[in-house]
Amino acid sequence: MLSNIGIALLILTLVCSASIINFALTDLKIKNNLVDVKLYYLSLFQSTFSILSFFTLVTGFVISDFSLINVFQNSHTTKPIFYKIAGTWGNHEGSLLLWINILVIFSYLFLIYNKQRNKVFRVYTLIAQNCLILGFLIFLLINSNPFSPLLPIPAQGLGLNPILQDPALAIHPPLLYIGFVGSSIYFSAAIASLLSEEKDKNFAKSIKAWVLLSWSFQTLGILVGSVWAYYELGWGGFWFWDPVENASLMPWFVMTALMHTLLVLEKRNTLYSWTIILCLLTFTLSVTGTFLVRSGILNSVHTFANDPSRGLYILSFLTIMILCSLIIFFKKNKKEILNFNLGSKETFILTNNWFMAFYLATVLIGTTYPIFLEVLTEAKISVGPPYYNIVIIPFLIPFLFLMATGPNTNWIKNKKKYFSFSFWILLLAISLNFIIFYVLKSHNILTNLIFISSIYLIIYSLFDFSNNLKKNSSLDLPRTISHLGFGLLVFFIGINHSFSVEEDFNLKIGEKKKIENYQIFFKDVKLENDINFKSIAGEFIVLDLKNNTQEILLPEIRIYNKPETLTYEAAIKTKLTADTYLTMSNISRSEYYNIKFQRKSFMIWIWISVLLISLGGFLRLFKKK
Amino acid sequence: MKINLTKITTYTIIIFIIGLFFIGLNKNNIYDTKYLIGKKIDSFNLNSLTSEKKISNLDLEKNKFTLINFWASWCGPCKDEHKYLLELKNQHNIKILGINFKDKKNNALDFLSTLGNPYYLIAKDKKGKSSVEFGIYGIPESILINSDLKILKKFVGPLNSSDVKEILKFTK
Repeated sequence: MLSNIGIALLILTLVCSASIINFALTDLKIKNNLVDVKLYYLSLFQSTFSILSFFTLVTGFVISDFSLINVFQNSHTTKPIFYKIAGTWGNHEGSLLLWINILVIFSYLFLIYNKQRNKVFRVYTLIAQNCLILGFLIFLLINSNPFSPLLPIPAQGLGLNPILQDPALAIHPPLLYIGFVGSSIYFSAAIASLLSEEKDKNFAKSIKAWVLLSWSFQTLGILVGSVWAYYELGWGGFWFWDPVENASLMPWFVMTALMHTLLVLEKRNTLYSWTIILCLLTFTLSVTGTFLVRSGILNSVHTFANDPSRGLYILSFLTIMILCSLIIFFKKNKKEILNFNLGSKETFILTNNWFMAFYLATVLIGTTYPIFLEVLTEAKISVGPPYYNIVIIPFLIPFLFLMATGPNTNWIKNKKKYFSFSFWILLLAISLNFIIFYVLKSHNILTNLIFISSIYLIIYSLFDFSNNLKKNSSLDLPRTISHLGFGLLVFFIGINHSFSVEEDFNLKIGEKKKIENYQIFFKDVKLENDINFKSIAGEFIVLDLKNNTQEILLPEIRIYNKPETLTYEAAIKTKLTADTYLTMSNISRSEYYNIKFQRKSFMIWIWISVLLISLGGFLRLFKKK
Repeated sequence: MKINLTKITTYTIIIFIIGLFFIGLNKNNIYDTKYLIGKKIDSFNLNSLTSEKKISNLDLEKNKFTLINFWASWCGPCKDEHKYLLELKNQHNIKILGINFKDKKNNALDFLSTLGNPYYLIAKDKKGKSSVEFGIYGIPESILINSDLKILKKFVGPLNSSDVKEILKFTK
């Protein structure tokens, strides 16, 4: 029943898409500035059908309708309702349906929120966006149908992978999708801009809000994913340079570059071609990331599924998308003469873009190099964190300095003299850096430089922040908050990396272990039964010998029944100054347990910093209204 | 006719990348280790974990069969497969070379003293670089070779009882 409803709704969405393209092409021939009312209605219907199809699938999961293969494979009756709902997008087919929903909803919203713009531009955007929708809908229907029926209907489902049963992971995909699938709308708008008269400043204005929106959500999505990895994967890390993570980070770099370039295009009416390239690149990278993650071409800790036929479709679609956009770009792009003054704001923004391009290239090479090498030489390698750390970290230092100075320069020609002020801030940053190293005792030149540059950015941003408040102007507040957030992020990652304690050891009940200033006492283990898992919960008392405080930590080993999986749940006590992190795993045929104890400095501040970065984006968006 | 260099370069790069993706997709043998079988392992020279000695491919030529096992004390699945390695230790035809992957010496030794030592030699690969040269993706992984140093089978992930049976079949 649900299967038929779902498929019917998807076909209706598809029919709407085809009709929109058809009517839009006809509408282009009519020379007026009014978009045909049919297109509004069709877009509205299309959104309605698409949203309804999504809710049909959600319903399937909520009522555990195992006549749908997708529900059978990814759900179970005993699963808590929250995870039943989240299970909808916790698998390839469901997440692709969510992907299509975002394409459709953004298409409709762009149409109704840009009524004052040039008609040809709006209609072309609609056509381009609907070509994307059509491509993904066909893929969904022929290859990854979430509504495929199953007969005979099984009594019970296979369950959702336990590590996905986590609140952070439930909201992670929707946030991330609004981010990188949302970027499709400025991909389409860029194509439309090339084909219409809506160029330069006007184009910047038409997409600015969408770029901000997708960037802010993308930032939040990445944050939530990292929080999940930290809590759930039990390694105590939050970023692993895994291909899946890189797939979300690459569009983020381009979005960040784009957001800054738009400022130049809006103010100075220059860098139009570059802006178009960035618009096209963001969504292209989003689809490339999806291809890498879902085709099985790369092995990652959390690739969705290995299905080459899926990969073949996405890759063919990606090829068409890239070639079409390149042909249009080369045909319609106009030559620009760039004339920038060294030290002007636009030069600084362009420098930001070069840094972003560098980071992007680094991550792109790191992610795809193993594939290329294997195809060309049959050699197998894996590219890990050392590569990224070596290449990226040194370049962060000048980047942080420029990030502090850049926003305070003027457009066209910089007249302000900030040298003495900058010098004093630098001096302050250096002194603070040495105080940190004196108190916390560690030494490494690169870390010192990272601290100095990040403190420099933090102080600069705080100064800008207070200036904004003094002048009672909120004009630059969003930027200040995001830049402050980035400075804090690098600073706290540095602190976290340099001053955390980590120790791996074996312990049995009743034993104690002393690590630096901490004493860990393994008090007891308890067996507990929950609805969908059994757990072995350890009780540990961690004594801080220096401050004479104690914490009780309860890590678990969970045995999920559907599907049968063992997971190690970390016990984490979060405080403003540090997280205490403890995981335990059993050792077969032994009364000993393997314990991983970590004391992670200022962990929560890493999350807060990313929240600040994203908050800046949302504030800017809000202010526009 | 004017040749636009930017255009040509862009198209070439894009077509090259996409072409490689297509080939990579069709290969689809990333975790398929069939093609490794029959190939000789590369020569290597590693430091021993327990002594100052060097361990190289020449050491393995003396054995009828060698199982090269990649492990670490921090790796949960390595604990699961440990009992099977201990089981194999008692077979006279086969010797197990352990390659300790990105580990701390004390933790590795603690691990062995608690769970037992199945290895006749233990090499250390502190940075994990040598293991990558062996074609290792993650640990645990094991490679079974003969006295000609040819690969008979590669096991990805922790060994289980059916893997042990397969190894015994080879070494009979």
